[in-house]
Parts: sequence; structure tokens; C-alpha cells
Amino acid sequence: MPERGLPERGLAEARAIRQASAPVLAVSGLEAWYGESHVLHGISFDLRPGEVVTLLGRNGAGKTTTLRAIMGLLAKRQGSVIFDGAETIALPSRTIARLGMGYVPEERGIFASLSVEENFMLPPVVKPGGLAVERIYDMFPNLRERRKSQGTKLSGGEQQMLAIARILRTGARTLLLDEPTEGLAPVIVQQIGRTIRELKKDGFNIVLVEQNFHFAATVADRHFVVEQGKVVDMIPNADLEANKTKLHSYLGV
Amino acid sequence: MFDLIGVPPQALFGQLLLGLINGSFYALLSLGLAVIFGLLNIINFAHGAQYMLGAFAAYLLLNNPLYSIGYWPALILAPLIVGGLGMLLERNLISQLNVRSKTRPLIFIASFVAIFLALAASHLSSGAVPDLVSLVGYKLDPAAAYGIAAIGALLFTSFLSATNLLNAPDADQNTDHLYGLLLTFGLAIIIQGLFVNQYGSSGLPYTIPDELRGGQNLGFMFLPIYRGWVIVASLVVCIATWLIIEKTKLGAYLRAATENPTLLSAFGVNVPRLVTFTYGFGVALAGLAGVLAAPIYSVNPNMGADLIIVVFAVVVIGGMGSILGAIVTGFMLGIVEGLTKVFYPEAASVVIFVIMAIVLLIKPAGLFGRTA
Repeated sequence: MPERGLPERGLAEARAIRQASAPVLAVSGLEAWYGESHVLHGISFDLRPGEVVTLLGRNGAGKTTTLRAIMGLLAKRQGSVIFDGAETIALPSRTIARLGMGYVPEERGIFASLSVEENFMLPPVVKPGGLAVERIYDMFPNLRERRKSQGTKLSGGEQQMLAIARILRTGARTLLLDEPTEGLAPVIVQQIGRTIRELKKDGFNIVLVEQNFHFAATVADRHFVVEQGKVVDMIPNADLEANKTKLHSYLGV
Repeated sequence: MFDLIGVPPQALFGQLLLGLINGSFYALLSLGLAVIFGLLNIINFAHGAQYMLGAFAAYLLLNNPLYSIGYWPALILAPLIVGGLGMLLERNLISQLNVRSKTRPLIFIASFVAIFLALAASHLSSGAVPDLVSLVGYKLDPAAAYGIAAIGALLFTSFLSATNLLNAPDADQNTDHLYGLLLTFGLAIIIQGLFVNQYGSSGLPYTIPDELRGGQNLGFMFLPIYRGWVIVASLVVCIATWLIIEKTKLGAYLRAATENPTLLSAFGVNVPRLVTFTYGFGVALAGLAGVLAAPIYSVNPNMGADLIIVVFAVVVIGGMGSILGAIVTGFMLGIVEGLTKVFYPEAASVVIFVIMAIVLLIKPAGLFGRTA
């Protein structure tokens, strides 16, 4: 068994940066359960202002569960999630959303009984400073064209865009994106990559769950490696090339 | 033309009108059931009792020693009262079914105690349990007994909601339909029993308001104004409800919550409050139907129980949880029932159930149902 503890260098660096600027989101020792099964065993990572970080890992490592736990969607969870200086571990999901956290679930969650426009306008505005409707339509012109269609009649890529678009309206500045590129054509993946970079430029803080680290490398600042419900490593994007072998062994690719 | 089918037009149109009247009530009641089932995923067996409560609310608003309130204000007030009671019921009992926590057995025991208190108090008042009466030492008058029962129930259920606040609600709710069904069924029996106990089962009169008295000769038939009013009112309310659900932001929340309540709450929407409001709205529709029914049928504690079985058949035929299905099927089956009375009266009371059986065989999700 190879030793896979958090490397000293990563820890020290993380501490230094944490002191420099308070993180928007600080997750530490997060544990969560699905019914009786213990899925997260102490997830720790942080997201600094204006940053895009990814959670990388194999299927079943606990990446999606981490986002769900942060969002308050799992009944049994413990540890600490500090968002904008407030402890949210015991708060209900709707309160966490109201603090300015936007969630794009893995299954996209487009409502079949709502039109594209209704889906788009559905999430309530939680804070001032959301993007203007027209600007979002300019980012995703397909959605404007198809706004009268039924939500689930859209293609997979369009549904993904809709799932992201509807969150940008609400004024949430911290986004949790769960595998936004999963199963999409390369040209759509590129468009989503452009969108994420544009949002980053706008000052959004983004946690991205990915399996595709080639895509992750094009948008993220830092990568946290999740394995068996724990964060086992942190790799700054600049060091990704140097750590390629290690990453391959983590992801099993 | 009428000679061809061998039926006098008077009888045909008379029964058609009767069918439309019944259809108006089927539509209003099944609409409320559909709204509730869609969002709460429970079959609201208390719906008939709540319809009866609407009629009694109108009756008691008119006939009380304090201040007599007539038909038109009652048309608004009674649904508000019944809907409000429904919201209390949802908040304090029905929503507790969805909480899978350690307090759940406690909740069941406490609800049981509350209900037991209600029953015991009414028994005490009628002297059905002599031992308890002698134990207390004196016989309570009915008003005091109901008062004690109500306070007991209120205390316990408030305690329940207080303890619920201490628990993080489970996001993965998938309560068995059976729990909601049993709870509301039990409540319906208790409510009905209390009203029979207090008012008897022979029915109380409620007069038609002056403005809607009399009738209109349409040439081919005589139309009592009040009956015409019931049909129009039911149609307007049904269409308005449909528009609210299909065309407004509130309706979009409702549809979204029906599909995926977890995600909607992750957007910051207070889904439990939406659920309480929706249940109250569905119940208020039943209360409104009760007020509309009061002048036609007498105000009777059993009026809901007689009607509700047919309404459940209507809901099944229309498709569980389908709003449009409930409205269209409600009116349609009323007419079918009326026509059956003309052409084959013996089958009139079973025709709806025959249609239900056929629909279940051919299209189990109902005529307008989404296939799950």
C-alpha cells in the first residue's frame, strides 16, 4: 500500500494562503451518511475568493456527496462547513441557498413540467448582484431560442446550460457544479469551459466536481483529490504537469 | 330527434343538469385531492369530512348566538376556516409522517394520546364511561368536554412541532402512502363521529340566498338559478386554479416541488411552507364545495362520506395528481352518470366504478395521468 497522506508541503502552503485571505468556503472534517452507510470520512478543503477549485476522484469517491452535504441535502452530516464566515453544518438547505450558495446537481435537475423559461426563472433571487437575464441569454443563446419548449425536451448540453444559467440569476456568488461536462460533446464541453472562465473573471467562486482532469486543468486554480470519502491531496494547477503520474494513480486512468 | 331515442327532452335535460351539478362537486373535490396528492403524495381521506366541515362552517356562521353571517361572506370565510384547520393539521400531524427521526414513535404516541383525549372527553360528556365519570366526580357538559379535547390535542400537537424543530428533517423523504391515508382516514372518522354526536345524522336546512332563488325557463327545460350558479362557480374556480398552477410563478414552484422538492429547497424555497399552503388550498376547495352544497343537499355530518368514494374513483380515472384530469373527468363523469340515469337507471350508481375498472385495465395511470 503506497502512503497517501496529505503531503507536508501542501499543508503548509494551504495554511499560509489561508492566513493571507479568508476562504469563502472552508470545509473541515466533513462526514456524511446515506442512511446507515458512512460515505464521507472527513473531507477538508477550502475555496478562496475568486477561485475555481475542483474535487477530483474516481467514481464513488464521495465527490457528489460532498457537494450534497455542503448544500445541506443530507440529513446526517457532521464536521464543519464555514461559508462566508457562518457555520452552516446544521442549517437546512434553503437557508444555505439564501446565504448565496448556488447548486447545479449532477443530474441537472431540469423540471419536466416547467418550460425552459420557467425553469430559468424558478430559483428565487437570494442576493442582489445576480447576472441580468439578457446577459445570461447572451451567454447561452440556445436557451433564448428555445425558452418556450418543455424543459426536458432540450438536449443534454442545453439542459446543462440551463442548470447553470438559472443559478446565475439568483445573486449566488459561490457555485457548486457537479460534473457539468459529463456525457457532453467536445464542442459543448468547450463552451462550458468558456462559461466557467468568464464567471471566474466576474469574481464567482466555484467548486467543480470533475472526473475529466484534462478539462479541470483548463479552468481550475487548485485540485483536491478525493479518495474513499477523504481529501488525500491538493495539487495547484501549475504543478499538475509535474504530478501527472501521481494523479494517474489516484484516478486510475 | 328525441322521439328517435325514445326519451322526453325534459327528462334528458333534467338529468343532464343533475349530472352537471354532481360533476361540479366531483370536479371541485377531485381537484383538491389532485393538488394535495401531487405535492404531498398522500391520499387525503379526510377530504369528505373537510367538505362536510365547509357546509357546517356555513351553517354555524349563519346559526350562532353571537353574530349571524350569511351565504356570501360564508362563501369566502368557510373555505378560509376549513383551509386554516387543514394547514394546522398538515403542520402538526401530516408533515410529521415525513420525519424519519428518533422522535417519530414519540409523535405517534402523542397523536394517539391527543386523539384519545378527544374521545375520552366526548365519552365523559355522554356518560358512556360511567367509571371515569364517577372518578372525575361530576358530569361535564358537552361544550366543556370538547374544549378539553381541543386544548389537549392542541397542546400535544404543538409539542410535536416544537420537538420537530430540534431535528434536521430528512431530505430523502419517501414516506409510504399508507401512513397519510391511515392518518387522514382516522381523522375523518373522528370528525364525522363528533359531528354526528353533536348534530345527529338527519341533516340541517340551509336556505338558498335570496339573490339566487327561483328559476329560469330555458324553453326546453326549467333551470333553478342556484343550480346554474353552482355549475358556473365550480367552473370558474376550477379554471382559475388551473391557471394559477399552470401560468404563475407560484404554480411553477408547486409543479417543481411536485417533481423534485429537494432541489427546490436547494434553491432557497421554503418547501415545507409551500406544502402546508398547498394542503390548506386543497382543503379550502373542499370547504368551498361544502358551502356550495349546503343549500342543495342538507347540511349533514355524513354528506362527505357518501360523496368521497365516488370522488376517489374520479381521481383514479382522471389520473392521480393530474390537475386538468381531475377537472375534466369530474364534469365528464357527472354527465355520464346523469345520462345513465336516463337510459339505464339501474346502472347509475355503478357506472363510474365500471369506468374506473376499464380505465385501470387499459390505462392504469388514468386518462390524464403521467406514466410513472
